[in-house]
Parts: sequence; structure tokens; C-alpha cells
Amino acid sequence: MEEIKEQTGHMPRIGEPAPVFDAVTTHGKLKLEDFKGSWLILFSHPADFTPVCTTEFIAFSEIHPELQKRGVELLGLSVDSVSSHIAWARNVEEKTRVKIPFPIIADLNKEVSLAYGMIHPGQSKTETVRCVFIIDPNQIIRTILYYPLTTGRNMDEILRIIDALQTTDKNGVATPANWRPGDMVVVPPPNTQEMAEERLKQGYECTDWYLCKKKL
Amino acid sequence: MACISPDGKPTESGSKMLRALQAGSGSPEEIANKAGLPLFRVRSGLRELTEAGLAKQKDDRYELSEDGAKLIK
Repeated sequence: MEEIKEQTGHMPRIGEPAPVFDAVTTHGKLKLEDFKGSWLILFSHPADFTPVCTTEFIAFSEIHPELQKRGVELLGLSVDSVSSHIAWARNVEEKTRVKIPFPIIADLNKEVSLAYGMIHPGQSKTETVRCVFIIDPNQIIRTILYYPLTTGRNMDEILRIIDALQTTDKNGVATPANWRPGDMVVVPPPNTQEMAEERLKQGYECTDWYLCKKKL
Repeated sequence: MACISPDGKPTESGSKMLRALQAGSGSPEEIANKAGLPLFRVRSGLRELTEAGLAKQKDDRYELSEDGAKLIK
């Protein structure tokens, strides 16, 4: 058990403060606190110069302008060196004309990977799996996604989660399955019988007292 | 070093921050606006410029040091 913990490090959970870090990146030394006040997507990839990771980096770069509109910064990570990250980013730009606009952590000593539970020994004892940590402006972890080494991430879903979290924070509502911006949102369930009865008179679209939706 | 090259000259982002500081002291947010750089880059860059003696921090505000002023002349 101890051996597994040593290999995997701490496993953060949703709702917890994001583990602090002080990391060497392709944009210089960055600390978690440098991102305070912005949303942050911290994501790991297994290795530079690998095919699935390259498609993901192109895809992350393509959604970067949309993330900027939503006040979200991107920060990549792998256990490769800064020189490797720079060479890979330059190669991606040369071959595909896509410039990588965000910093990438060079986590050679695995300090950040272990703090965020990014190494899953059942997949690889040396590489990080494909993790996504969505961290809010107060530096609380709001979403964690893990993908296996063989499956590239879905950028639409990442954008959808950002939209959903920001809609929830702004309006105090929840979002139903497959929600997209513009769709109806879920009104929080009532806590008392009186609130349940009042709810049915409030003009919401209700399936029953516990499932009511409204337009924003 | 992201703001200062190994030859001691400021990088493009370092120059932008130094020029923003030349226009007057400011908070990281104000400097980010003036320099047109992301706030996280400015926070990290100001730490670097301060450690290098090119900027000075007073409470939450930053200003150019004498060495910083000489460097961008």
C-alpha cells in the first residue's frame, strides 16, 4: 500500500485547494499563486514528440482563444525537460503552423505530478497519464478528468465544463446532462415542503417538484 | 530566466514590463494591462525583475529601480 502511495503521490479531490507548486516552465518559473484570479486548466501529457500528445497540443492551442474569452489560462505538464518542450513546440509549429501559446511545466523531478496524482503506475510508472485539473479563480479544484494514454482528450467537453462551471457560479444553478450554453438549466432542489409547493407556482418547467428547469 | 537573457539583456516580455514600470509604479494587474501580457506572466516576471534588482516592490506595487532605468535607456 505504501509502495503504491509512493508511486502515485497525493490524489487531490474536487473541492480541495489545488496543491501549490513552484515549477520550471517554458515561460520561466511559475507558481500556482501566479494564476490567482483566473481560471486555470492544468493538464498533463505522457511525453513530448508522441503522436496523441501532439494532436492534443494542437487542439489545446486551437481552443486557447476561446478559453481566453472565458478568463481561462492553460498550463501543460510532462516529465520532460524544458529543452525537450521547446524543441517539440518548435517542431509542432514548423510542421503544422500551430504555435503553442501556453506554458508547459518541465516536471523532471515529478514534484508536481506526484502532488496532483498524475502518475498511475498501472498505466506507466514513469509517465503522467492524461489528466485535466480545472482550478477556479480561488484556486479550488472544480473538475478532475483522467484519460488513458491511448485516448486523446475532447476539447468540446473541456469548453463545455468551463461554461457549465461559470454558469453555475454566476447563477446558482446546476446544468443537466449534455447541457450546452443556451439550454435550460436545473433549479436547485427545494429543502422544505413549503419550498417544494411554492416552486410549482413559479413558472419553471417542472417534471416534478424535485426536477425543475428554467431559461437564463 | 524569462525576462532577462543569459547576456543580461531584457527579453521582449521583460522589456515590455520594464517600459510599463517606466511609465509609473503599478500593481501587477495594472502592469499587465500596460504591457499587454497575461497576469501570470507579469507576476512571475516581476518576481524575476525584483530578484535581479531591476524593479522594487513596495506593498503590492512595483516600480523601476535605478538599475532597471539604466537598462532600458
